Amino acid sequence: MTGRATKTIRVNTLARVEGEGSLYIKLVGERVADVKLKIYEPPRFFEAFLRGRHFSEAPDITARICGICPIAYQMSAVHAIERALGIQITPAVRLLRRLFYCGEWIESHTLHVYMLHAPDFLGYADAIAMAKDHRAVVEKALRLKKIGNRIVQLLGGREIHPISAAVGGFYKVPTEQQLRELVGDLEWALEASLETVRWTARLEFPNFEQDYEFVALCHEREYPFNEGRLVSNRGLDIDTAEYEDHFVELHVKHSNALHSVVRGRDSYLVGPLARFNLNFDKLPETVQRVAIDVGLRPPVKNIFRSIVVRAVELVFACAEALRAIREYEPPASPRVEVHNQIGVGQAITEAPRGILYHHYALDENGKILAAKIVPPTSQNQKRIEDDLREYAPRLVARPIEEATWKCEQAIRSYDPCISCATHFLKLSVDREQITD
Amino acid sequence: MNSDSRHKPRIGVFKFASCDGCQLSLLDAEDELLGVFGAVEIAYFPEASRAMSKGPYDIGLVEGSITTHQDAKRIQEVRKQCRTLITIGACATAGGIQALRNWKDVDEFIRVVYATPQFISTLNLSTPIAEHVPVDFELRGCPINKHQLLELITATLAGRKPNIPSYSVCLECKRKGNVCIAVARGVPCLGPVTQAGCGALCPSYDRGCYGCYGPMETPNTSSMTSQFRILGQANSQVARAFRGFNAWAWQFRKASEECERT
Repeated sequence: MTGRATKTIRVNTLARVEGEGSLYIKLVGERVADVKLKIYEPPRFFEAFLRGRHFSEAPDITARICGICPIAYQMSAVHAIERALGIQITPAVRLLRRLFYCGEWIESHTLHVYMLHAPDFLGYADAIAMAKDHRAVVEKALRLKKIGNRIVQLLGGREIHPISAAVGGFYKVPTEQQLRELVGDLEWALEASLETVRWTARLEFPNFEQDYEFVALCHEREYPFNEGRLVSNRGLDIDTAEYEDHFVELHVKHSNALHSVVRGRDSYLVGPLARFNLNFDKLPETVQRVAIDVGLRPPVKNIFRSIVVRAVELVFACAEALRAIREYEPPASPRVEVHNQIGVGQAITEAPRGILYHHYALDENGKILAAKIVPPTSQNQKRIEDDLREYAPRLVARPIEEATWKCEQAIRSYDPCISCATHFLKLSVDREQITD
Repeated sequence: MNSDSRHKPRIGVFKFASCDGCQLSLLDAEDELLGVFGAVEIAYFPEASRAMSKGPYDIGLVEGSITTHQDAKRIQEVRKQCRTLITIGACATAGGIQALRNWKDVDEFIRVVYATPQFISTLNLSTPIAEHVPVDFELRGCPINKHQLLELITATLAGRKPNIPSYSVCLECKRKGNVCIAVARGVPCLGPVTQAGCGALCPSYDRGCYGCYGPMETPNTSSMTSQFRILGQANSQVARAFRGFNAWAWQFRKASEECERT
């Protein structure tokens, strides 16, 4: 008679993620019997109540899906609606939108790298505890984050739920002088980001490589924010309007979020790792060298190393913001004129956590007839469960508290945003002795 | 309040149906964060820490609205654990944008969003926290203003009244020297009926206020409706303007329902 240990890892409230979720993993011996990344964040029904609203309200309303990445929602919304209306934005607006997104990436990536993810690597419950031993690091993080927020504040009025993004452009655009005032801070931020890359690269990473299908936007010349074809390392190469032909959302019982899979295949990964692996050649050479110098070359297949990739993207975002400021010339008008008309439009933009899909159908009065929104975390959710199915058996010999923390760390590598995904996480590990 | 000065005041941050933006405002107070966290004990704040200690708490900050049976029970527990309970943001103080369901058939909403409706459990209404438990202070805004939040925490710990004005956005516009966009350019603007706090952001960015701080102290919503009508807005458009992030705040609710009746 042999005893097979059944272990359950259970986290009732997943911390340092945005929104409410839990995790449950059941191990029988070294076999994973069950993994459930449960999203109990209550549903809020955005796609339903967008119907009947005017398209001009969509950027403000959809921003409220997520307080962490409202700009991503605003950008996907305006691009999808502009496509539905068949309008072209001006080059100046295009540049400002990239700058706007740089601000959100800097703010969100800094928050995640230093305040949500780094404490896992260094064994602290949070950044405040970490600050007791690493005060200079946390102070640097706060200053870096603030600089990202300054960009957002200048272009959008405020950090959370900015008010200036509009279909066709912005309600108001900054002057050249206002943008130039950011340069000093951004030059400091670029240096701080370089230090962030070197600092994160020295952390210890579990040896955990997976064969992911990476999915990200690819643009012919640029590292992607708002434009490009949707591409994967397994041959996907589509116009963003074809998204729904190639991806399916499945509704599973244990979650208020929908699971996404590639039609005919399986789970996939979106976010910094996917962007970096598919767009390395679009990074400026200086940024490529920063990555290579710390041993980061595509394809990076270890999700725990996403913290270093995020830091590389911080360097990129600071450099790109400086470029945008240098090249900016205010447009004649802050936005192009828009008129009500029947139309259907889809768009994908790169939220800090990965691709965010919006789809709108509009009637002749500009009212929204139907809306569909697929946030990055619901796309990653199945992939997170798949990772845990592979990773949890390696933790069988570890004490339960340590195993649980390691699983949480794996999940946080995705920078999951549960508030978004509802339409996410508790970790439970069961541990009992079964003797047969 | 615990008079034992050897103990730092304990703060808990609790989330219900929301976007996380208002609690993020605390982390967005970059200049003050280490100071605040040095002065108080953050005992429960899952978005920021995996260390979650049990109550009671001296101050509970509650974000989000009540939309599920489970949450309706949980808020009762949270109230019992908090000496002072402060609700933060439009979801917690007015039901949030998700309160738009309150005029619709929720079962139909579930069918629109989810393939297997029977997996979803939700209430018909999205309601503010104060409809469920006594609330000591409601901090408005979608999102809240971080400086107002810091003022509110400081005042609560000092045992004084917080300096959070309840006058309208118009006063902030005047103070900034903005030209009135409604008067000068005929842009529909909810500023006259909306509580200050944002710093008159939208009018400063050449657009009308959309009411994200909710109704001011004594809003004249019927006069606001007339002004919108004069500016060429149809009743359905006026109703939609009131039906935003604070749609279920009773003054805005009454105004939108009146527009629908006429």
